[in-house]
Amino acid sequence: MAESRTFTLNINGKAHTVNAAPRKSLADVLREDCGLTGTHVGCEHGVCGACTVLVDGKPVRSCLMFGVQAEGAEIRTVEGLAAADGSLHPLQQAFWEHHGLQCGFCTPGFLMLAVGALEENPDMSDDDIRDLLSSNLCRCTGYQNIVKSVRVAAAQMRGQARS
Amino acid sequence: MKPARFDYHRPARLAEALELLSGHGGNCKVLAGGQSLVPAMNFRLARPEILIDINDLKELGRLEDGAQGLRIGALVRHAAFHQPADDSELSRLLSRVVRHIAHYPIRQRGTFGGSLAHADPASEWCLVAATLSAEMTIASTAGERKVPADQFFRGLFTTAVAENELLTAIEIPALPPGARGGFYEFSRRAGDFALAMALAVLVVDGGVIRWARLGLGAAADRPLRLLPVERMLEGRLADAATFREAAAAARDLASPSGDIHGGADYRKDLVATVVERALTEAAS
Repeated sequence: MAESRTFTLNINGKAHTVNAAPRKSLADVLREDCGLTGTHVGCEHGVCGACTVLVDGKPVRSCLMFGVQAEGAEIRTVEGLAAADGSLHPLQQAFWEHHGLQCGFCTPGFLMLAVGALEENPDMSDDDIRDLLSSNLCRCTGYQNIVKSVRVAAAQMRGQARS
Repeated sequence: MKPARFDYHRPARLAEALELLSGHGGNCKVLAGGQSLVPAMNFRLARPEILIDINDLKELGRLEDGAQGLRIGALVRHAAFHQPADDSELSRLLSRVVRHIAHYPIRQRGTFGGSLAHADPASEWCLVAATLSAEMTIASTAGERKVPADQFFRGLFTTAVAENELLTAIEIPALPPGARGGFYEFSRRAGDFALAMALAVLVVDGGVIRWARLGLGAAADRPLRLLPVERMLEGRLADAATFREAAAAARDLASPSGDIHGGADYRKDLVATVVERALTEAAS
């Protein structure tokens, strides 16, 4: 049976060489082997979305990928959102200002989901935003303030893209 | 919620993948998008000893459109259908159907071929393949064979793909000129598995149905193409009375099983509703 293997992941522009068993999920590799605990592990079967990260720009469930599969891909996690000087990404700022989080457990997943989708299509309609956000679960906010935060951030990101 | 141990292989060439399958067969699972397999492994419902990750087989990731229809490599992701591949009615129809497959992040990883090989009766792509007479290309070290949809789906999570074989491509023939599609799915929450869904394609000329395709999903142990209802529809007026009659006939052909989401009778009622709505959309 398979023993652990050594592979290198590119996370937020930085190389992390890890030694992990092939059965270890990308989420667990990020948290336990790379020390990046911003990615949260909720249901571990692809339903809750708390573990959502970007793989080659696409939001995916990191509990449904094995770490070893992400070798060669460009991975982005919530730790990579803020600028080097600590200033928040427009989505993080909007979640802060519009009460898009309460306990915060689901927040990294929602942020990465919305970042990936808005980078693909910054002109999402309100219906598209609501449909997108139905991908992930939040047990505190009732979703309304998450929708609001994403809507505000989308407008800001559109402005930035055009300026 | 962690999978059991397995040996991991990520072949770089199709021939290598087929060699592995030929050598290990029943102990193997093919890993494409992993959006159904990995949850099953996390629950330990599936415990393959060997996992063959086909994500490096770029030749399986091509989506080709032509006058004959679409040729979809097994590894084409659901998200590839978010925008129609071309301006055909078939591509437009698939871009509407894809919105019902789970959620956006799942659609970034999940694959067309994976859905077909998994053969969940509530799979949208399985319904598309069964209704529109898709043809599946299946490869092994012995060569390739083609299997039409009516011989591909063998039952719950069961297909014609043998243990030593790999589904490599799906061909969906172009729709006839003037065809219009309709799709309706009912599920409890956005992105949930369908409790019932129907796909209809009609050619209506002068108010009369000249050509009909009708399929049902999540209503039996496999996707159903409703040939008797198609024959009933052809030559009839494309109106509400015809569609109600077709819905009643479809209800009688469905054999859904009841579960916590709804009893069998409730699901049969849903069948009638989704069929009527899909047909109405196709005729509008």
